[in-house]
Amino acid sequence: MSVDVRHEALQTVTKPLQVEERRQGAPILAVKKLRTCFDTYRGQVRAVDGISLSVRPGETVALVGESGCGKSAAALSIMRLVPPPGRITGGQVIFDGQDLLALSRAEMRRIRGRRIAMVFQDPLTALNPTLRVGAQLVETLATQGAARGRAARQRAVALLDAVGIPAAAERMRAYPHELSGGMRQRVVIAMAIAGQPDLVIADEPTTALDVTLQAQIMELLAKLKEERGLAILLITHDLGIVANFADRAAVMYAGQIVAEGPVADLVREPLHPYARGLLRCVPRLGRPDVPIHPIHGSVPDMVAPPAGCRFAPRCPEAMPQCRQEMPVLKRQPPTARTIRQNSEGESLARGGTVRRVRCHLHPGEGGNGR
Amino acid sequence: MAATQTQPVGANPGVRPIDARPGTLKLLLANRVAVGAGLVTLGFVLVALLAPMLSPYNPAEQHPEAIRVPPFWSPGGSTRFLLGTDGLGRDLLSRILFGSRVSILLGVVVVLLTLVVGACLGMLAGYYRGWVDTLLSRVVDTLLAFPFLIFALAIMAVTGPNLVALVLALAFKGWVDFFRVARGDVLAARESEYVLAARGVGASNAYILFGEILPNIVPPLIVLAALRMATVIIAEASLSFLGIGVPPRIPAWGTMVADGRGSIATAWWIATFPGLAILLLVLSVNLLGEGLRDALDPRMRR
Amino acid sequence: MWVRFVGRRLWQTAPVLIGVSLIVFLTMHLTPGDPIEHMLGRAGSVTRAQIEELRAHYALDRPLPTQYALFLGKAVTGDFGPSYSQGRPVVEVITERLPATLELTLFAFVIALAVAIPAGALAALRPHRLFDRTATVVALLGVSMPGFWLGIVLMILLGLRLHWLPISGRIDWALAPESITGMNTVDALLAGDGAALRSALAHLILPAITMAAPMAAMVTRMVRSSMIGVLGQDFVQFARARGLPEWRVVGKHALRNALVPTVNIVAIQTGMLLSGNMVIEAVFQYPGIGKLAVDAIAAADYPLVQAVVLLYAVSYVGLNLAADGIQAVLDPRVREARA
Repeated sequence: MSVDVRHEALQTVTKPLQVEERRQGAPILAVKKLRTCFDTYRGQVRAVDGISLSVRPGETVALVGESGCGKSAAALSIMRLVPPPGRITGGQVIFDGQDLLALSRAEMRRIRGRRIAMVFQDPLTALNPTLRVGAQLVETLATQGAARGRAARQRAVALLDAVGIPAAAERMRAYPHELSGGMRQRVVIAMAIAGQPDLVIADEPTTALDVTLQAQIMELLAKLKEERGLAILLITHDLGIVANFADRAAVMYAGQIVAEGPVADLVREPLHPYARGLLRCVPRLGRPDVPIHPIHGSVPDMVAPPAGCRFAPRCPEAMPQCRQEMPVLKRQPPTARTIRQNSEGESLARGGTVRRVRCHLHPGEGGNGR
Repeated sequence: MAATQTQPVGANPGVRPIDARPGTLKLLLANRVAVGAGLVTLGFVLVALLAPMLSPYNPAEQHPEAIRVPPFWSPGGSTRFLLGTDGLGRDLLSRILFGSRVSILLGVVVVLLTLVVGACLGMLAGYYRGWVDTLLSRVVDTLLAFPFLIFALAIMAVTGPNLVALVLALAFKGWVDFFRVARGDVLAARESEYVLAARGVGASNAYILFGEILPNIVPPLIVLAALRMATVIIAEASLSFLGIGVPPRIPAWGTMVADGRGSIATAWWIATFPGLAILLLVLSVNLLGEGLRDALDPRMRR
Repeated sequence: MWVRFVGRRLWQTAPVLIGVSLIVFLTMHLTPGDPIEHMLGRAGSVTRAQIEELRAHYALDRPLPTQYALFLGKAVTGDFGPSYSQGRPVVEVITERLPATLELTLFAFVIALAVAIPAGALAALRPHRLFDRTATVVALLGVSMPGFWLGIVLMILLGLRLHWLPISGRIDWALAPESITGMNTVDALLAGDGAALRSALAHLILPAITMAAPMAAMVTRMVRSSMIGVLGQDFVQFARARGLPEWRVVGKHALRNALVPTVNIVAIQTGMLLSGNMVIEAVFQYPGIGKLAVDAIAAADYPLVQAVVLLYAVSYVGLNLAADGIQAVLDPRVREARA
């Protein structure tokens, strides 16, 4: 009986979803069961252990997790820039219909910058300290065949202008260390969008910046996304940023995605105990009465990850089953929010409605495990 | 990224790095090259100690009937003189075995001397700063601008070949490296949390410097000592080769190569074998030093 | 900024130069042994009056500070007086030998860098692979080998056994070109004399390789380690992420930054190259400054020794200055930090 009700509910929400998907088109990026390992002398570290996720044009998808969970390794894997001793051991990275992992090095190089760009965490180390920012920007344009010589210089100035750098023409002659942190990150973003990419992977783009600058940089990214129809894969540990700027989010833990869905669901009704834990770590401004609950313990040893659910050792709600059997990522029934949203005709709200969780507490609907 | 954080060793700010470095010996022993190098070095030390027992002949004994006899495997050679004889008919093997003594002795003495002087001055300069530091750093700058070999040569030329002058000439600039390492490390340690903590509970300067800081700067100094040893051995050999190092009556490898220089066309072995001995000893000392560096001080790993 | 940088660095070298000259002066005067006795040692019997006369002639009877002031004043103008052993002005003796040493050192320098920078960079690109392991072993042999012995082994193998190369001297005397610069290769080029050039080069190869070996070894190791460090940095990854071709990422972005710390090692090693040339020139009987120094020391020719040591020291200081300058060109942060 209850099963039937759920089916009904599902049907009512999947209909508008299909409409929405048609509007947004096929994903520009679809990562499928990606695996990346690092060979250390202690053994193989499975930094990325079979993650799947997709990003549609015009959409911001956040990949959230603690440091060491493998989110940066995932980002570098998509770019095929995993530094040795790391290597991609399996899966697919389908970008615009082609599997990036099957491309030759030269073909992959033409993807980088022109189709997929990357913004790094620390703008000071991401820029070559010994070259002027103008030269690095012009070099980028020239490499991507966008412009050369004088035209490239003009384009470079225009780009700096577009990312909100005042007196752009003068800043061309500055060395990275002569700029403030926020300006440097703007330069990095200018270089990232120089090749007019379809997808920008932003790896902790605001972590190295002052809090006041974080919003500015995120707003810049959001503005560029709107103007240029970019898709953004946002790698971050900051749930505040996720809540404000992402449409969908995937929570990563110990190399796996443990929860995935619209940001609103994740923030308001997190299902996975880890996601709930993450939320409870965020201090609430003006609400000193709401206590902060840190998640105890630390990310497991990835050479020998725990049997069963990888979060079980730290999970306050772990059951015996959790320590024996690895849960699968399963599609969850619609929440009150999605049902209400649907009935109120908000079907085009950001992030869609599908959510998946990898947890024995939420057996989900079955058959959707990946 | 997970992988970069799985290194078992790594300095944690605020934690005394020496405590965060377990199993130094284990790491060193796991390095087969370093173990091999250590054994060869040990072998050289044993040879130096036991030279009189190991040598078939007195190194100064001349065999006028056997001048420039080639090594035993060459035509004309015999097992009487395994590595042949030199221009005065002295047994090359015996001379090489005895030659290890002066190389190792001078190496150890010079390195210990420069280590103590350099580390003490460096620690004082780094800890007290002020005019002591300024003065010593100026002196060091001047010495750094000085071509060592030329200077050693000049001293040795004036004093003639004698061991005391040789030690002083070799040590004259050698302490600078220890000074720089000790000073830099003390400067860094001075501001570290464990020193601030010790100061907070009212520890004396002397205690902080020798009780707290010294144990932490010993590993890089040991590594440097091993690498300096290699340099000193080559420098001593070079001076001896030029005829102004070890006095001629003491068998030394550099002198032996110089002796053989004139007859390389007819007797290649005289200059070749002592040089091989230098190469082998210096190589093992260098490898041992690098092994120590990897095991003791991951920060210096390059 | 550049003016300030250069000015400040020059100013900083002044105390170093004074210190160096003081050391040179003092070692010559405070160490036991008397130059006059050295000079006269071979002359047989001399009267006390003659000795005093010579002392006065060389100002050896004056107080030390006065002697130092005299020495310094003259040294600045290049006047080191007559050489005890040759009776000619020291400057003349030195300038005569200088081109030979410059030529040899320059060759060694070029060989060392031409080998070391590519080798170190290549080794860093594929760490712990075959090329890296080979380069590491060869470099370790290079730093562990006494230069004089390597020279002798090369002479035995390439000169005496294979007869590929001459083992001593600078050039086949019959072919010597007219001296313009004093550097045989340059003179031969200027004269358009192919045979002389070949002979000069053939004579240079062995000593130059011998001299270059330890420097090449050190620089290879330095380039390798600093390159490995740079290749792990974000800006290299970012350069790749921007789609730059690998040769450009490595050749321009990584190498440029890896060379900044390497420049210091190159300067120090070039200094060692200079002092090493005494040994090398002695091994190869190469008539340059190094051999001159060894001979001057053997003859206790104080003015000549002083001048040569000072020349070496000044070139040392000059090299370090040049290294700072090159670093400043490569890295703007160095410019500012030291300006």
